[in-house]
Amino acid sequence: MTKVTMTVNGKSVSGDVKGNTLLTDFLRDDLRLTGTHVGCDTSQCGACVVHVNGEAVKSCTMFAAEADGAEVKTIEGMANADGSLNVIQQAFQEHHGLQCGFCTPGMVMSAAALLKENPKPSEAEVRDYLEGNICRCTGYHNIVKAIMAASGQDVAAVAAE
Amino acid sequence: MPKDHGIGASPKRREDVRFLTGAGNYTDDINVHGQAYVHFLRSDVAHGKISKIDTSAAEGMPGVVRIFTGADFEGVGGLPCGWQVTDKHGEPMKEPAHPVLCQGKVRHVGDPIAAVVADSLEEARTAAEAIVVDIEELPAVVDMGKALEAGATKVHDDLDDNLCYDWQFGTDTETTDAAFKSAAHVTTLELVNNRLVANPMEPRVAVGDYSRAGDDYTLYTTSQNPHVIRLLMGAFVLGIPEHKLRVVAPDVGGGFGTKIFHYAEEAFCTFAAKACNRPVKWTSTRSEAFMSDAHGRDHVTRIELALDKDNNFIGVRTDTKANMGAYLSTFSSSVPTWLHGTLMAGNYKTPAVQVNVKAVFTNTVPVDAYRGAGRPEATFQLERVIDQAARELGVDPIALRRQNFITQFPYATPVAVEYDTGDYEATMAKMEELMDIPGFAARRAESEKKGMLRGLGVNCFIEACGIAPSNLVGQLGARAGLYDAATVRVNATGSISVMVGAHSHGQGHETVFPQVVAEMLGIDESMIDIVHGDTSKIPFGMGTYGSRSLAVCGSAMVRATEKIINKAKKIAGHLLEASDSDIELKDGMFSVAGTDKSVAWGDVTLAAYVPHNYPLEEIEPGLEETAFYDPANFTYPAGAYACEVEVDPETGKVTIEKFVSADDFGNVVNPMIVEGQVHGGIAQGIGQALLENCAYDENGQLLSASYMDYAMPRADDIPHMAHYVVDHSCQTPCTHNPLGVKGCGEAGAIGSPPTVVNAVIDALHSGGHTHVSHIDMPVSPSRVWAAMNGQ
Repeated sequence: MTKVTMTVNGKSVSGDVKGNTLLTDFLRDDLRLTGTHVGCDTSQCGACVVHVNGEAVKSCTMFAAEADGAEVKTIEGMANADGSLNVIQQAFQEHHGLQCGFCTPGMVMSAAALLKENPKPSEAEVRDYLEGNICRCTGYHNIVKAIMAASGQDVAAVAAE
Repeated sequence: MPKDHGIGASPKRREDVRFLTGAGNYTDDINVHGQAYVHFLRSDVAHGKISKIDTSAAEGMPGVVRIFTGADFEGVGGLPCGWQVTDKHGEPMKEPAHPVLCQGKVRHVGDPIAAVVADSLEEARTAAEAIVVDIEELPAVVDMGKALEAGATKVHDDLDDNLCYDWQFGTDTETTDAAFKSAAHVTTLELVNNRLVANPMEPRVAVGDYSRAGDDYTLYTTSQNPHVIRLLMGAFVLGIPEHKLRVVAPDVGGGFGTKIFHYAEEAFCTFAAKACNRPVKWTSTRSEAFMSDAHGRDHVTRIELALDKDNNFIGVRTDTKANMGAYLSTFSSSVPTWLHGTLMAGNYKTPAVQVNVKAVFTNTVPVDAYRGAGRPEATFQLERVIDQAARELGVDPIALRRQNFITQFPYATPVAVEYDTGDYEATMAKMEELMDIPGFAARRAESEKKGMLRGLGVNCFIEACGIAPSNLVGQLGARAGLYDAATVRVNATGSISVMVGAHSHGQGHETVFPQVVAEMLGIDESMIDIVHGDTSKIPFGMGTYGSRSLAVCGSAMVRATEKIINKAKKIAGHLLEASDSDIELKDGMFSVAGTDKSVAWGDVTLAAYVPHNYPLEEIEPGLEETAFYDPANFTYPAGAYACEVEVDPETGKVTIEKFVSADDFGNVVNPMIVEGQVHGGIAQGIGQALLENCAYDENGQLLSASYMDYAMPRADDIPHMAHYVVDHSCQTPCTHNPLGVKGCGEAGAIGSPPTVVNAVIDALHSGGHTHVSHIDMPVSPSRVWAAMNGQ
């Protein structure tokens, strides 16, 4: 067992982990942050995306020990300080960008990472960026719409082009 | 102005807040104190005799609680099939045993041989590696044609062969043959409806718990229908009476049919919880899901369409082989028969329709309902053969469809169903308008300038939803009623809990159902909550599948709410010293007609629970009502879809450039949610048409067992917003349910696959590849390239 310490959603946390404990399992099982989901075992689906030091990472592909000392953000840390939905979360609700909700945490985390590096993405850029996030319910249409709306673009105008 | 509340409005979904903040409560998020974990040792061969299982080395390994094999389940029932199909000779289908853990034989890759329960999942997995299993491998039966050959290896030794049933339905042979003999033209196609895996993003999970104190069980499971699981598992598998078994399906991360069925892992965890005196948890990996979740589709069909000299359809005849896999999953037998044959008339007034289906056992994962279940298979055949007929006859495919539309309702088809209402011309015209059909020639010319082939594909469909009238399905072999139920519990202060048999796993019931009740009572939606997914809290309802939630359970909720209103009017009448027949309810106020006397909703509900001034001699205190609703007929949503594709003649790659759906769902309660359902269905249909294929090799090895090998649609496989419209403005309300709703969950998945394939064939013909009459799905670049090049 190795002792790891990291900052998760702004709080310092520590725990004893095995060398092969995945970051996903540490978040879900040790910290009970069950918003991070596991939808596959080949790093394809993206339901487990979190931010590690500001970068979007599939937490099923990273050992907890590798995140020692890191700044980690999960879906539980995305709301505004007053608990209200942040701009991306609001856009997902506004545009019906989620149905069963299982892929949603990963989608929101990926969307946040996209908008950080590309604040006004084109529709093609959004679709391309979501290559690593699978949704089976929404058909992506409203997810793409939500992300573009969250970037401040007029989605009605985009759809009318 | 769009409405902002009640029926027809699109309020934001209330369930979204928890899902968007990581506060959803999915089954894998549930941990019961002291739980152990199970790992299933699954067969890695498709077919074989188990000659030895030696668990002795594994039993002593760290953390192992107990190891189970088939022998532990000899006194336990097998997994039941819920629908008895009778074959064309009047004989019942073959129904082989489906044990919880393999007994003597393995019959598909993934068949569970042993189960290791241990303190941790890692210890369970490690110990499973120490189990020695000797399997004497047998030839695998994979191809359905070969499975039916004389002398083929049998999947089940106690059956005569691999035929589950040979079913015939619809118009009699003499009449059908006569129609074909008199035909001026007959078009024939041979088609494969590719095997798919439903792939809800949440893998299946089961947590079994047993209480010695009450001698009762709780199963937490990823189910679309907790009461169905309680009934099947309790009564048929484990022999647990219903009052000793609670089944909870909390937030469920998508279903698409594959979470309807009762699975071995659910029965195992429940059984093992008592046997081990510890809660037992199983969480499927995605790889396990590919080899243990019931698959979908997998039909091979020859369809013939007969037309007279004026291009009227005069006969349809089909011959289908339907793959059942190695065992009969819960509703598997009904999919290629009653959910498929009854839809073979489509939107057309063809007088003779005969459907023949052979269901076949193979050494593959069981096949059962997947979004649309039988109806996509029916639509695909019919709409492909109509398109081909139009091409052979040199007529416009839209005009050929239009000419043959059913235009009078109700309409009794030759395949036993009666469409209550519809307007196929309206959806066709709406599709044509939204698609800008006249502009296609110019768009094709633009594509050609880029060196691309552009094709236009259209499709019409009808489906039967709102499953189902119990007396009818009972005659057809269903072993369950298919009503649903709702309890409306009005609390003293006027808030309401509605307990429903339907289960929401993405459909938004928590938002939509209160819209209906709020509209009926004239109170704010926020006063109403939906309770679902827990057999200890909800009335006995049959759950969510077949686009039935609002049409069937919603109708039960309406009936229960009507009972509430009737009783509340009696209470109000007493309070207002008026006859209850003079009481009107509007905007949450009860008033005496023609007067200014009124009492508020909250005054009435309070009186019901604090009955100091109350007609106790006439009515009971309290305000809670239950209704069961058994539909009088199926509902028949229908639509017209179109898409345009570009095919790259160099590579065979297909891109969808434009897509339009025009659906008739009857009345719509929440347009936003309806459109979301259609988007999702279309994406799955595009997946089937272009990407997805569950593939086995000739030895029964599953070749597509992960997202590395099974191509799920991604965001960039779906048409861009500016070229994609889903419309539901054509509305012919259902005539036999109180809301006039028809169901929207499956339409997209039914309507889109033939639309896409029709467009691809059209594109190839425009490029001079006129020898191509069909390409099997998924229409991958290699298949398109091969077809173009005559290979």
